[in-house]
Amino acid sequence: MDIVNSPGEHPPNSRQPAVTRLGDRVFLGMSRGSGILLLVIMAAIAVFLTVRAIHAISLDHSDFFTTFEWNANLQPPSFGIAVLAYGTVVSSLIAMIIAVPVSVGIALFISHYAPRKLATPLAYLVDLLAAVPSIVYGLWGGLYLVPHLQGLNLWLNEYLSWTGIFHKSDPSSAARSLFTVGILLAIMIVPIITNVSREVFRQVPKAHEEAALALGATRWEVVRMSVLPFARSGIISASMLGLGRALGETMAVATVLSASPVLSARLLDPVGGTFAQNIAAKFAEADNFGRDALIASGLVLFVITLLVNGAARLIIARRKEYSGANA
Amino acid sequence: MKLTRKTGLRSLAVGAIAVSSALVLTACGSDNNSGSSSPSGGSSNAAASIKCGSKANLLASGSTAQKNAMDVWVKNYMQACSGSQINYKPTGSGAGVTEFLQGSTAFAGSDSALKPDEVTKSKSVCKNGGQGIDLPMVGGPIAVGYNLPGVDNLVLDAPTLAKIFDSKIAKWDDPAIKKLNPSAKLPSSSIQAFHRSDESGTTDNFTKYLKGAAASDWSYSGGKAWQAKNGQSAPQSSGVAAQVKQTAGAIGYFELSYATASNIPTVKIDTGASAPVAASSDAASKMIADAKVVGTGNDMALKLNYATKADGAYPLTLVTYEIACDKGNKPETLDATKAFLNYVASDDGQKGLSGQGYAPLPTEIATKVRSTISSLS
Repeated sequence: MDIVNSPGEHPPNSRQPAVTRLGDRVFLGMSRGSGILLLVIMAAIAVFLTVRAIHAISLDHSDFFTTFEWNANLQPPSFGIAVLAYGTVVSSLIAMIIAVPVSVGIALFISHYAPRKLATPLAYLVDLLAAVPSIVYGLWGGLYLVPHLQGLNLWLNEYLSWTGIFHKSDPSSAARSLFTVGILLAIMIVPIITNVSREVFRQVPKAHEEAALALGATRWEVVRMSVLPFARSGIISASMLGLGRALGETMAVATVLSASPVLSARLLDPVGGTFAQNIAAKFAEADNFGRDALIASGLVLFVITLLVNGAARLIIARRKEYSGANA
Repeated sequence: MKLTRKTGLRSLAVGAIAVSSALVLTACGSDNNSGSSSPSGGSSNAAASIKCGSKANLLASGSTAQKNAMDVWVKNYMQACSGSQINYKPTGSGAGVTEFLQGSTAFAGSDSALKPDEVTKSKSVCKNGGQGIDLPMVGGPIAVGYNLPGVDNLVLDAPTLAKIFDSKIAKWDDPAIKKLNPSAKLPSSSIQAFHRSDESGTTDNFTKYLKGAAASDWSYSGGKAWQAKNGQSAPQSSGVAAQVKQTAGAIGYFELSYATASNIPTVKIDTGASAPVAASSDAASKMIADAKVVGTGNDMALKLNYATKADGAYPLTLVTYEIACDKGNKPETLDATKAFLNYVASDDGQKGLSGQGYAPLPTEIATKVRSTISSLS
C-alpha cells in the first residue's frame, strides 16, 4: 500500500546534470567503499580457504570426494567429504520441504487472514523465534525433540518402511538421525522465510487484489491469482536465505545428530554428518594439518552455498517477467 | 522531555546494578558449591603449604579432561599467592599443544604425551637446547556407564567391551555377557553403544585400553577420532552421558565424574584379578602405580600396563600431562610455573582431587615429578 507509485512520477530534476556537494561525494565514497569492502572480504575468505585447502587435499591419502571417513590426524591422513556433503544436502532438503510451505502459510495468515489483533503478536512471536540462539535449539532438540520423535519414527518405520528411506535398521535406536536434524532445521529457518515472505506479501499492489475481488474472487482466489504470482520471486529469495542457514547450521546439528561415517539412504538411522557439524566436532583436537583438512571441507561448503545462491538468482531472474513485479 | 530521559537513564542504571549484583551473587554461589564438593579443609590447608613463586601472569591451555582439577588448583594457588594470575583455557589437548609450540603459553595440558615431531618443534620454543617434556599430573578412571533397568552389577571384560563397541555383540543377552553375569536378568534388547563424535583424549585412551587388553578383538588403530564403523555418537563426555542416561539399553564411556553426577551405573571390569574392579579414584591410582616411565631424560611419559591383573587396579585409566620445557622456559614466567606445578604435584594438590573423580598420582611417581619440576630452568 505504501509502495504504490505510478510510473511517471519521477522527481522533476532527475534528468538534469546533478549538482554535487561535499555530502554527495562523502556518501558516494562510503557506499562505494562498502561495496568494495564486501568484495574484498569475500575474496579474502575464498583465498584463505583455497590456499589452506589445496595444501591439505594434496596430502590426502585417499580420494577427497569419495572417502567416507575423516581421519585427518592419523599418519598417513585419510579423509573425504562424501558423507558430509550427502548429510548437509539431505538434512537441508528435508528442512526446506517442511519449512517452505509452513512459512508461506504463516506469512499469508499474518498478512491476509488474521485479524489485526492476532497478526501483530503472531508476527512478534515469529521474530522472537528467529532470535533464539542455535545452541538453545540444539539443547531443546537433543533433550526434548529426540525422545519425543521416537513415536513418529516407529510409525514411519511400520507403515512407510516400504519406501526404503523410512526403513529403520534398529527400531530401538534413538531418533538422532538426519531426519530429526531436518525437522529441527526446519523449525530454525521458519522465522526467516516467514518474515521475508510476509514483507513481500504486504507489498502486493492493492490494485491487484482489488481487481481480483472485483471479478468476484474469493479470498483464496485472490491469494492464488494476485498475491502468490507477485510474490513468487520473493518467496524463492526467502527460501534461499533459509537454506543458507540450514546448510551452515553447526551447534544444533552437532548436538542432535549421532555422527558416524556411514552414508545411508535410510533417513531414520542415526548415522551421517554435515560439514559444519564435522568442523565443530573435530576442530578442538585437530593439529595444524587437521585444521587445514577441515578448512578444505569448509571450502566445499562455501562452493555449495555459492552454487545454491547462484541457482536461486537464475530462477528469480527468469521468473521476474511472469511475476507481475514489473507491473 | 529531558526529565523523562533522565529518569529513564536512572532506571536503567538501577536495573544494571540489580543485574550485576545478581551476577556477583550467583558467582559467589557457584564458588561455594565447588568449594564444598572438594574436601572441605583442603583449600585452607593447601593455602598454608603453597610456596608462591614470583608474581607473574601464567597463561596455559589444553586438555578439557583436566579442567575441573585445574579450576581447583588455580583457585587455591591464586588465593594463597595474591598478585599471581593463572589462566588455564580448556581448549582441548590438540589446541593446547599447538599454542605451546607457538610459544604463546607457559605450559600445556595434554591427554597424550608429545609425539616425536612435536618434540622436534618444541626445540625452537625452548631456548638453551631444551625441549618439551611430559609431566604426568592428573590421572583418572574412565567409566563405562550403562542403562539397563534391573541390572545392577554389570561385569564385562576387555574382549567383550571391544566386541560391544565394534557392534560384534549386538544384544544384551549375548552368551559372552551372560557368562560374565550368570545371575543378572539380561534383556534381549539391542545394545546402543555410544562413542564421542568429537575427537577426544578420552576416546584415545579408551581405544588404547581396548587395543592393549584385547588386541585380537579390536583391530582399529588408536587415535582421538573414533575408528569403528557402527554405533552411535554424541559430542563431549556430557553428551555421551546424557544419551546413556536417557536411552534404554545404552552403554558409553566418559570420565567417572560424569557417571557420579548423573547417577549412571558403571561397569565393573573383569581383569583376571581375584574380583572384578569398579571404576574409582583409588583403583585408578593403583593402575598408575603399575605404570612404567617410558620417556627419556627428563620426560616422564608413562606407559600403562592395560593387561594388568593386579588386585584392585582399574585398567581403564587415563593419565594426562602438563607439558613444559626442561630447559629454556621463558624467564619471566619460569618461577611462577615451577611454583604452581610444584603445588599441583604436592600431596596437598593431589589429595584434593579424588572428590572430583580424578585419581591422585601414586607417591613414587609424584616424588619423581616434583624433582623434575625443581630442575626446570
